[in-house]
Amino acid sequence: MSGRLSLHPRRTLRRQAFMRQLASPRLECPCSKNWVFNMSIADSLTAPVNKIIPFSLVDGPGSRTSVFLQGCNIACAYCHNPETQNLCIGCGTCVEQCPAGALTLSDGVVAWDKSACVQCDTCIHVCPHKASPKIEQLTPHEVFDIVHSYQPFIRGITVSGGECTLHPEWMRELFALCREVGLGTLIDSNGCVPLWEHEDLLEVADGVMLDVKAWNPAVFARLTGGDAETVKRNLAFLAERDKIEELRIVVVPGWNDPEQTIAGIARVLGDKVATTKLKLIRFRRFGVVGTLADAASPTDERMAELEKLARDTGFSQVELR
Amino acid sequence: MSEFMDIITASNLTYGQKLIHLAQAAENCEHPIPTTPEFDWFFERDAICDMHEGNAPYRPRYICCDMERFARQGSDFLRLDAPDNLDDLLMNLQILYQNVPSVTGRPVYVGQLDRVFDPFLDGLSDEEILPRFKRFLNYIDRTVASGYCHANLGPEDTRAGRLLLQADAEVQNAVPNFTLKYEEGITPDDFARLALKTSMACANPAYANHRMHKHTYAAPVDGPADGYTVVSCYNVLPVRGGAYCLDRVKLSQLADLATSPEHLLNELLPNATGALLEYMDARIKFLVEDSNFFQTSFLVREGLIDRERFVGMFGMIGMHECIEKLLGPNHVYGTDPEANDLADQIMTKMTDQVQAWSAPYSEIADGHYLMHAQAGFGDQTSSTPGVRIRVGSEPEVFFDHIRHCARMHRFFKAGVSDIFPVEPTAANNVDALLDVVKGAFAIDDTYLSFYPSDSDLVRITGFLVKRSEMEKFARGEAVLADTSHDGEGNWRANNLANRKVRLG
Repeated sequence: MSGRLSLHPRRTLRRQAFMRQLASPRLECPCSKNWVFNMSIADSLTAPVNKIIPFSLVDGPGSRTSVFLQGCNIACAYCHNPETQNLCIGCGTCVEQCPAGALTLSDGVVAWDKSACVQCDTCIHVCPHKASPKIEQLTPHEVFDIVHSYQPFIRGITVSGGECTLHPEWMRELFALCREVGLGTLIDSNGCVPLWEHEDLLEVADGVMLDVKAWNPAVFARLTGGDAETVKRNLAFLAERDKIEELRIVVVPGWNDPEQTIAGIARVLGDKVATTKLKLIRFRRFGVVGTLADAASPTDERMAELEKLARDTGFSQVELR
Repeated sequence: MSEFMDIITASNLTYGQKLIHLAQAAENCEHPIPTTPEFDWFFERDAICDMHEGNAPYRPRYICCDMERFARQGSDFLRLDAPDNLDDLLMNLQILYQNVPSVTGRPVYVGQLDRVFDPFLDGLSDEEILPRFKRFLNYIDRTVASGYCHANLGPEDTRAGRLLLQADAEVQNAVPNFTLKYEEGITPDDFARLALKTSMACANPAYANHRMHKHTYAAPVDGPADGYTVVSCYNVLPVRGGAYCLDRVKLSQLADLATSPEHLLNELLPNATGALLEYMDARIKFLVEDSNFFQTSFLVREGLIDRERFVGMFGMIGMHECIEKLLGPNHVYGTDPEANDLADQIMTKMTDQVQAWSAPYSEIADGHYLMHAQAGFGDQTSSTPGVRIRVGSEPEVFFDHIRHCARMHRFFKAGVSDIFPVEPTAANNVDALLDVVKGAFAIDDTYLSFYPSDSDLVRITGFLVKRSEMEKFARGEAVLADTSHDGEGNWRANNLANRKVRLG
């Protein structure tokens, strides 16, 4: 993966310019016909952005920019980016240990000096709360300006996390802006937010890349701390709306139930099983902390068995990763 | 020992390579081309360079035969009938290649092979064609054995094009280099995906922006409609013609003579450019008027090349170091706006001067020489190819890199290129690569190439070599392809193993 992207250095200047424009009688913006509307909301609405990867090969079809939001509503035992799970609570542990002096604590808030940061990730490693101080609160417009600058090299964006659907309004604004300039819009979700309550978000989303981490509720709860029922309802809802970009099962030996998950998904999808893309992903311990930090990956034979099972169940687009 | 005896007794050259080196040494005993004091002054300071083309040119630098015409007519001189079938055609081509010279002594262009082959595939199954194509590609690799040798494909999707890509992925050869002419709307995505998959398997093909190149040269009468072809390290040349010569201003060295950016822009650059233009005139006049090449070659007589379709290429190299020397280490070319603007100014000035020069025997280019971003060769140090950004200074974001490339590409009608090693996993998402090609070409980038960062086949200045062959040559062993010699030195000198890996 490429290094973390520095968020736009002229952001503050742009904000000032925007404020000046707001005060002027001519409100025009080349990127959005609904500029006044969008900006009036966007200006007050921010989301915690962990990072933006200009070019991702693995977050949907073609060349895409990936936007990672901070904060998750579940805590998977195999989480590969545990530092994205929580928002900083300002304990200051990282401030003392930052070798570059890029972090300061004042009024219970950790401030990050991006220009001084050497990206050593010490702050992330020492954080006792699975958070990161290197987060920027950005408006949809600010993120849009960044991703828009990557056109024409990308066909779309994928918003991931953490759990990005914890910010449905923010995403709707971002996606609406993207759609106006022809950028595709995908959601990468753990399915634990009731998406049926956010139809307006889905209207501007091309689809959802949905994790189905386990099927049995007890297995799901042990693995993630979350509720499998919401995921299943989302699965049915998204299938009905033709908004499933792909489904993903991470195979973790001893921790989930991929056979039941494949069968359960197929039951929910019905006829659509043949046209739904299923990705079977090997658990890899890279980046994992805690219980599964030293756990083994499933064998090639195990993955091949599951692929065969998926195909026998009716999936025609199965990919092993 | 004399230079001749050094060659004769070398332990790391094959017989064929010794023969070529001896011929070059013999040619260089003669000095028929007059030079001016200005030329000599810059030449002695290494600020202009004749590319070691040889003192007495007796053949053009690059020859781009109209292979489609050859496939239709055969050859009187070679006593070859027009081919009736694919086997005849393959044999005819193999014979012709032995008789096409260039600066390397071997052909740098083996044809727009999809168009050459496609009319001969009827009645043959894929299973019958593939082994023939693989044998043919191996023949070129083992006999031409020079990475400067090039084949073209596209922009249309053809059965021959698909089978050639498949064959090339299987043989894993460094020769010939392939270019796919690509234009969105003409090249179907499906065909482009196959090409990109092939690039991820064997570093071939590279991608030329057909929309930008197709009007560079008038099409030859009864010949290919697009009139151009790509050879060697991405020289865009007239098909049924070629390049008389390629000479270059070494901006990296010119900057050593400059007391300020203004001194370079207003005095050194115009003087060096002028001196090189005069030299090119003399060189081309000798080739056309005295060497008897065009008067005697059967290639001309049989219409495979026309003298009127040759151009002189005015090259430049070392923009990165030039800017570094002029502006100091705080203005890094590629990422610093002031550095990039100065590069733009230098290119504008040089290009205007070259465009204003009335060049002899340059009918196909409206009486002018054409600019080429020369990509280097051998183990030269301190001169980054053309207008490329030096390895280690590439912009963090890939797209910023491509935008910079596209900005500088606009000066070069006769070819400019960039090389990007990419994450091997990009093979799983060739759509992403296709998006990059489309995006780059939409903003007028003219040429780019990829190779997987873990590949044995790697690109040096543009030509391909096998890492394993370079390592052999570095150990003192003789190797078949002499571009492995250039590659080995260049790979080390320019730190090419550390090119920024993209798409990761």
